Amino acid sequence: MSRIIVIALNTFKENLRDKILYNLVFFGLLLIGSSILLSTLTMGEQAKIIQDIGLASINLFGVIIAIFVGIGLVSKEIEKRTIYTILAKPVQRYQFLLGRYCGLALILLVNTAIMVVGFFFILLVGKISLGSGLIKAISLIYIELLVIVAVAVMFSSFTTPTLSASFTLAICVIGHLTADLRVLGAKLQNELTKGILDGLYYMLPNLEYFNVKGPAVHGIAIAPLYVVSAIAYGVLYSAVILLISCVIFQRRDFK
Amino acid sequence: MTPIRTDGLTKEFRLGLGRQRVVALDRLNLEVHQGEIFGFLGHNGAGKTTTIKLLLGLLAPTAGQAWILDRPIEDVTIKQQVGFLPEAPYFYEYLTAEEFLTFYGQLFGLGGAPLTKKVEELLEMVALTDARRLQLRKFSKGMLQRIGLAQALINDPALVVLDEPMSGLDPIGRRDVRDIILSLKEEGKTVFFSTHILPDVEMICDRVGILVRGRLRAVGTVQDLVGTSGVASVEMVVAGLTDAGIQEAERQGGKVLRRGAQVLLRLDDPSRVDSLVELVLRSGGRLVSLVPHKRTLEDLFLEQVKAGL
Repeated sequence: MSRIIVIALNTFKENLRDKILYNLVFFGLLLIGSSILLSTLTMGEQAKIIQDIGLASINLFGVIIAIFVGIGLVSKEIEKRTIYTILAKPVQRYQFLLGRYCGLALILLVNTAIMVVGFFFILLVGKISLGSGLIKAISLIYIELLVIVAVAVMFSSFTTPTLSASFTLAICVIGHLTADLRVLGAKLQNELTKGILDGLYYMLPNLEYFNVKGPAVHGIAIAPLYVVSAIAYGVLYSAVILLISCVIFQRRDFK
Repeated sequence: MTPIRTDGLTKEFRLGLGRQRVVALDRLNLEVHQGEIFGFLGHNGAGKTTTIKLLLGLLAPTAGQAWILDRPIEDVTIKQQVGFLPEAPYFYEYLTAEEFLTFYGQLFGLGGAPLTKKVEELLEMVALTDARRLQLRKFSKGMLQRIGLAQALINDPALVVLDEPMSGLDPIGRRDVRDIILSLKEEGKTVFFSTHILPDVEMICDRVGILVRGRLRAVGTVQDLVGTSGVASVEMVVAGLTDAGIQEAERQGGKVLRRGAQVLLRLDDPSRVDSLVELVLRSGGRLVSLVPHKRTLEDLFLEQVKAGL
């Protein structure tokens, strides 16, 4: 356990000094800030525009950081051979992988927190009240990021950085559209295709489950039970993906 | 205790779409003794790095077994007593030298004052005390190699495995690395390193192994391998030798090269040097110089590589 923490903290420290991260956070904040300008173009709906853009920015930049930093954490490590020295120490491979994951989760937490602070500041400037819906939406965005990082770690445990990034990006896009697989399946007569589509529906992460930005912005109540079940789903899904990653990683040859 | 022992250790890779089989290491049987410096020689692609990666569990063997410090390599806990420097190492570039060593120490479960002290000692040993607060991305190649050596020693290992520790270093850097390896031996540690820089090997290794195309061709002390007498051939420069004398010398096995008035005679069988000198003097020639050529590890290495290809 302690080795996982050591690797997680090192991951955190390393990435905190990487300028790419600051650039991404900076642009995230810029976009959140720009919501004030954009909101002046509309009549009456300013509060909604600001909240909408703010949440979307936090989500978008969180996903970008999760994918690109997430991929770098494992596959770049293999490419640049830093992993050789780590695994030549008394460190189990799963400890390395979980340590990396936890470190990245910590980085994402800090990044999200910075953007949330920027967002709240804008809300304060715009004299918009802070509803509990926004907090719920932001929490679920973070859970979504944890799922995406797990997927990124899984792909990078067996393929190249470029492929991992493309695959993870693809999963992110599909993950928001899985409900359509169901709808399509229901309309089809062929049982086999239906079965495949249903299988895909359960296999792929249902990222839309974590999207409560709409209700949050429009002040529609979000049931606490929904939030709890979404968090449980996210944590469980990530755990399974990480387990698969560990199994793949354990067998991998580092040529 | 045997630091390294392998029994029929084999690694095959499957390459490309046709999944063509390539044998990178072929039934390696090797034993490295306690407290020695063992040089593992081979041309590029001979299988040196593959062997090292197998020993450290970065690759899984296709067949065969290996033990480190009498325990099977699958046992991760043996790494508690092993130090490793990979080839052309690349480290976490945003960490400072001090943080870097501390991180690696923590992976061994070290911490607190003993670790701080150990980090200080190692930084001094590799002459990087002044660069302790510098991020690794600002390090030169030689400095990276030295910090790499320091991380390999953070756990005070009984066995140190170094993959090409001298490659890419200038003569001063190579001397520094050589000195560190020798000081490790003095501390009673076993050092196993791969290289293709032969003079270094002759200078510091107790024993060497020569790997050609994945097969171990020779193992032994440098003297055993190159021969005790060490003289492989003799070259003499002779003046005033008659044509008849030259022909006679050729008959006796000498290779002749005319250089104006002088003649260069090369004899591959050193035991016949006396009779050839006698012949030269008898036929009215004058001996200008006689140079014995020692057989070096390089000759042996080239012979083995040639024979193995």
